[in-house]
Amino acid sequence: MQKKKVTATVVSQQELAAGIYDMWLETELAAGAKPGQFICLYTKDASALLPRPISICQVDGQQGRLRIVYRVAGKGTVEFATYRAGETVDILGCLGNSFPVQEGAGKKVFLMGGGIGVPPILELARQMEADKQIIVGYRNEQTFLREDLEQNGKVYIATEDGSVGSKGNVMDAIRENGLEAEVIFACGPMPMLRAIKQYAEEKGIPAYISLEEHMACGVGACLGCVVKTKEVDHHSHVHNARICTDGPVFEAKEVDI
Amino acid sequence: MNTKVTIAGVEFQNPVMTASGTFGSGMEYGEFVDLNKLGAVVTKGVANVPWPGNPTPRVAEVYGGMLNAIGLQNPGIDVFIERDIPFLKQYDTKIIVNVCGKTVEDYVEVVERLGDTDIDMMEINVSCPNVKEGAIAFGQKKEALFDITREIKKHARQPIIMKLSPNVTDITEMARAAEAAGADAISLINTLTAMKIDIHRRTFAIANKTGGMSGPAIKPVAVRMVYQAANAVKIPVIGMGGIATAEDAIEFILAGATAVSVGAMNFVNPYATEEIIAGIEAYMERYGVQDIKELIGAVK
Repeated sequence: MQKKKVTATVVSQQELAAGIYDMWLETELAAGAKPGQFICLYTKDASALLPRPISICQVDGQQGRLRIVYRVAGKGTVEFATYRAGETVDILGCLGNSFPVQEGAGKKVFLMGGGIGVPPILELARQMEADKQIIVGYRNEQTFLREDLEQNGKVYIATEDGSVGSKGNVMDAIRENGLEAEVIFACGPMPMLRAIKQYAEEKGIPAYISLEEHMACGVGACLGCVVKTKEVDHHSHVHNARICTDGPVFEAKEVDI
Repeated sequence: MNTKVTIAGVEFQNPVMTASGTFGSGMEYGEFVDLNKLGAVVTKGVANVPWPGNPTPRVAEVYGGMLNAIGLQNPGIDVFIERDIPFLKQYDTKIIVNVCGKTVEDYVEVVERLGDTDIDMMEINVSCPNVKEGAIAFGQKKEALFDITREIKKHARQPIIMKLSPNVTDITEMARAAEAAGADAISLINTLTAMKIDIHRRTFAIANKTGGMSGPAIKPVAVRMVYQAANAVKIPVIGMGGIATAEDAIEFILAGATAVSVGAMNFVNPYATEEIIAGIEAYMERYGVQDIKELIGAVK
């Protein structure tokens, strides 16, 4: 579907956990939105120039709604967190490739999310028809989106402080529960993705990981958000793929992280 | 109403172009704007061989603007000639290819390769602040600028635009040096060398430590420099630096720019170029301006 910048209307917003916000937007971009894709939100404060990339958490194509769950991290997200139902926000989307859902069809899969990398795992879990083991990691007992995830597969939780589930990270949860998979899909902080890449290589299974990087345009023009790749990239013919357009989802063995 | 402008014998349907490095070769923004409507597409810089660019993070936001240190990642002239030029030839717009290099020989190689292609002009990037060798080294001393301009001019089949750096003591000296060496036009400003520190992580916001600043925050500096340069030389000036609206574009034209480029604002508003073209026409209608040339350098 063609990328567009449009004005969306806030349907609802609530704080799910400390500093984690859950916003539903009414927008034409919901039609055709895929799990793993992202939208860029523009602030009303013109001094904050660049659009903020935020992953899509849930798609309601019928009602034309997109759900985003984001962490308040700076000037832009502080502003977004103040939005109430009925207010509008300019968004650009839908951007990026998406998770290859078909690669998990009928298989035993890990759907893994860490911290603010958990939200895109929800729509992925909703769309995937497979033996789903959803493994999510949090800092503490504020296990946002847990109930939504539980409706879409067996959920295993890891917390850094050990307050819920396995103490540690998502890799600890895999070990502690003796879990196995034929294919992995993941989104989360870089140390987690590196651990998953290594695990997948050891097990000889494919892992599709969603990356993030500071970006300016979101559409592949500025070349700000690149990741080192094993093969020569098709755009610049070096070894730098654009996360915003060639990604954000890459097969782990293809990227040097 | 006439919005056409001419630079070095090349006629542009309107004075609105894209600033190099903010628009690729038009493929990405072709989804948002009709490339046929643009005065010209000025491409991302191209070198003789592929350049991988700098480590990430490469971009950071600052108040009213942004910093970048992409490091001129590009696929090199071979891929560019095979892929990017044919893409742009499908459209009814002028093609200005931005050329970068590390040595004079690198620049000349690209310029000669482009000589056999059907492009309209070349913009010579001697002002990128983000690569260690070449580029800026040629753009901060008037003697070096004169020498490289003269050398490139010897080999160029198409008219050349020298893109000037604002990171100099006296922009008029640089503009005059480019003109004296035979440049057909000058464009300015490239980005301002800047820095941002992340106080929470206690590190530089971008991996290159310094980056080039662009966006609306730099516009008044750019207008001043365009005014000074336009009054120092007879060759046409292409003005840029923080243009977000038609009003901004007209400000540059009144200061002496024959054409203008839209840069960082493409990232903020992917429809910016088309909106600015429409806005310039609306301005001309409102003030009864028959020919846009009446506005060029009208404020003395």
